[in-house]
Amino acid sequence: MSALKIKKGSTSHSAYNLRPTFSDHEERHTLAVLVENEPGVLARVIGLFSGRGYNIESLTVAEVDHTGHLSRITIVTTGTPQVINQITAQLGRIVSVHEVHDLTVAGRSVERELALFKVTGKGEDRVEALRLADVFRASVVDSTLESFVFEITGTPEKIDAFADLMRPIGLVEMARTGVAALSRGAA
Amino acid sequence: MVVQALIDQGVDTVFGYPGGAVLPIYDEIFQQNSIKHVLVRHEQGAIHAAEGYARSTGKVGVALVTSGPGATNAVTGLTDALMDSIPLVVFSGQVPTFMIGSDAFQEADTVGITRPCTKHNWLVKDTAALSGTIHEAFHVAASGRPGPVLIDVPKDVQFASAKYTGPKAMTSHYQPQVKGDIEGITDLVAAIEKAKKPIFYTGGGVINSGPAASQLLRELVEATGFPITSTLMGLGAYPASGDKWLGMLGMHGLYEANMAMHDCDLMINIGARFDDRITGRIDAFSPKSKKVHIDIDPSSINKVIQTDIAIIGDVGHVLEDVLKVWKSRGRKTEREALAGWWDQIGEWRKVNCLAYAQEGNTIRPQYALERLEALTKDRKDRFICTEVGQHQMWAAQFMGFDDPNHWMTSGGLGTMGYGFPASIGVQLAHPDALVINVAGEASWLMNMQEMGTAVQYRLPVKQFILNNERLGMVRQWQELLHGERYSSSWSEALPDFVKLAEAFGAKGIQCHDPADLDDAIMEMLNHDGPVIFDCLVEKHENCFPMIPSGKAHNEMLLGEAETQGVIDSKGSVLV
Repeated sequence: MSALKIKKGSTSHSAYNLRPTFSDHEERHTLAVLVENEPGVLARVIGLFSGRGYNIESLTVAEVDHTGHLSRITIVTTGTPQVINQITAQLGRIVSVHEVHDLTVAGRSVERELALFKVTGKGEDRVEALRLADVFRASVVDSTLESFVFEITGTPEKIDAFADLMRPIGLVEMARTGVAALSRGAA
Repeated sequence: MVVQALIDQGVDTVFGYPGGAVLPIYDEIFQQNSIKHVLVRHEQGAIHAAEGYARSTGKVGVALVTSGPGATNAVTGLTDALMDSIPLVVFSGQVPTFMIGSDAFQEADTVGITRPCTKHNWLVKDTAALSGTIHEAFHVAASGRPGPVLIDVPKDVQFASAKYTGPKAMTSHYQPQVKGDIEGITDLVAAIEKAKKPIFYTGGGVINSGPAASQLLRELVEATGFPITSTLMGLGAYPASGDKWLGMLGMHGLYEANMAMHDCDLMINIGARFDDRITGRIDAFSPKSKKVHIDIDPSSINKVIQTDIAIIGDVGHVLEDVLKVWKSRGRKTEREALAGWWDQIGEWRKVNCLAYAQEGNTIRPQYALERLEALTKDRKDRFICTEVGQHQMWAAQFMGFDDPNHWMTSGGLGTMGYGFPASIGVQLAHPDALVINVAGEASWLMNMQEMGTAVQYRLPVKQFILNNERLGMVRQWQELLHGERYSSSWSEALPDFVKLAEAFGAKGIQCHDPADLDDAIMEMLNHDGPVIFDCLVEKHENCFPMIPSGKAHNEMLLGEAETQGVIDSKGSVLV
């Protein structure tokens, strides 16, 4: 179970949560949702988002505790503070959901995403692609005489930046996993 | 196994309709006598009947439907129960597990279809898990904010046998918080002590919390002397005959209730959810008040209206603690200021917002309900159901409820066709009680097939139809909003309701003359059996007071005054 120990999110009573509830300002939040690993549970979660008109920027899901039948869904969403509060409350209401943590409110957290890039080209472009991959610490996982597949891990912003640089060189295809996130520290 | 689990859950009545995919369960039902199965005439009727049963008893309602069309017909009822937080356990048959996904005969993705309209649902693929799932289903339906749940049982799972486990073995991680946070409760007590213009605004949560919650609410209201109003769903929690009662609030609520909501300095919301029928224009909603919200569902807090003090918990538990803390701090209120507040409320009451003129030879719908109320209000065992529309609002305005669980209406979803089957469910739960369904002719026709059920089970339900040959509320909106273009709001080709009743083997009464009304109502009440009462009323009566869409509480319309153009284009997109 220790892998699941994530920091408990602050509540609306927390002295540190000073965000005004009803502001128009849109925020980006990362939510960690621990759910019963059962058929249809992902449909419940995304059905909530589509049914109530919330945004999903990225979503990842995988089983994290086989004996406890728990999966962890990491959702990146945007909305006003009131909408974000509603999302966490509505998620908490789903019977199959065990815990909901707003990692953005709870404190510092680490976010990582993995992406695969296919870049085609010849001559100087290939050299430039390798040079940039080196700068971004992306590794080559497949190559032909006319193409590379790079693997890169990092924050979503870093992957965006890498994509922007690769696009003029010959980026033809990209696959991203979406964000996985954990709170920092021992708790 | 299903029947055994139901018996162990204390179920005595199941509403249902058989079909191929539930035959094994029906076979079990046939071979026992502990559970009464009530054959409805349409699955929507089964769900509404179970809702009526649940709402009037406080127990979980149970329904049984077959796969495919049986389950899809149940969807409206499930959504209705979800919106109004009515605890139901619905069983649906499913094609055998090995045929799921093959577009088999009468196959539908029932758990997929009902996922957004149930609190939770299960597809049981293994008989060994069936009894445990049923017990968990009752737990989920009844705890926290109640709601409907559905169990989809494939036919091969019904046939197979497995070890049965009793309700005691059930474990569920679903354990909603019922005790309120003491900090919030103390803040609320402090606010009660200082309030000069307070109001209690209560809702269906008080009813759902059980009779003890209504009792505690009454104690708190009497002890503090604060005025109280309620939503449509909360009627009966505080007695309508009580002197602190302001009447229902909201779009068709009473003038004094809405004005008090608008002008108050402390609003104590107990088990209500700031529905749009209540709030009117959000940015003009009770602008000067401190708002307290007691709700068992954390997602209700700050959903629509920002609250100053939020207390998450069961109404009964929270009110008990509020009373305890308030008493221990010396039962303080601002008595002088309160007296002034009551004077102001007295002024509003003088407006007499429900006034109407009963003149001529036509029965005004308000008059019909006033007479029905006068002739039945002394009966402690009177239960009122309604359909949806003008008659529903008039019933809420003109009928008084002194006890919880005696008023069954479709609030959140506004389901026409709810009332008749609901009245059947109520009558089955209370065989000797007087059960009246106040209906409009259009709503009533939506589930009129249930006459067969009423007659078969000799249920003396009284169908009191205010017949204006119109979809009255639609017509009213078209008059106010759409230039009096009455598009499809006519009830053309209506049946002769008296003959209709007779065709089903029931009694029909028609009344059109105000002078005959009392006698006709008495005839209905004295008949031991189902009655259709066709009350021909004024066809163009509008329901007032009314807060027009996009307006605030203090911008109510009170009568047939100038109503044209009161709703601007922004308001007209609202429903």
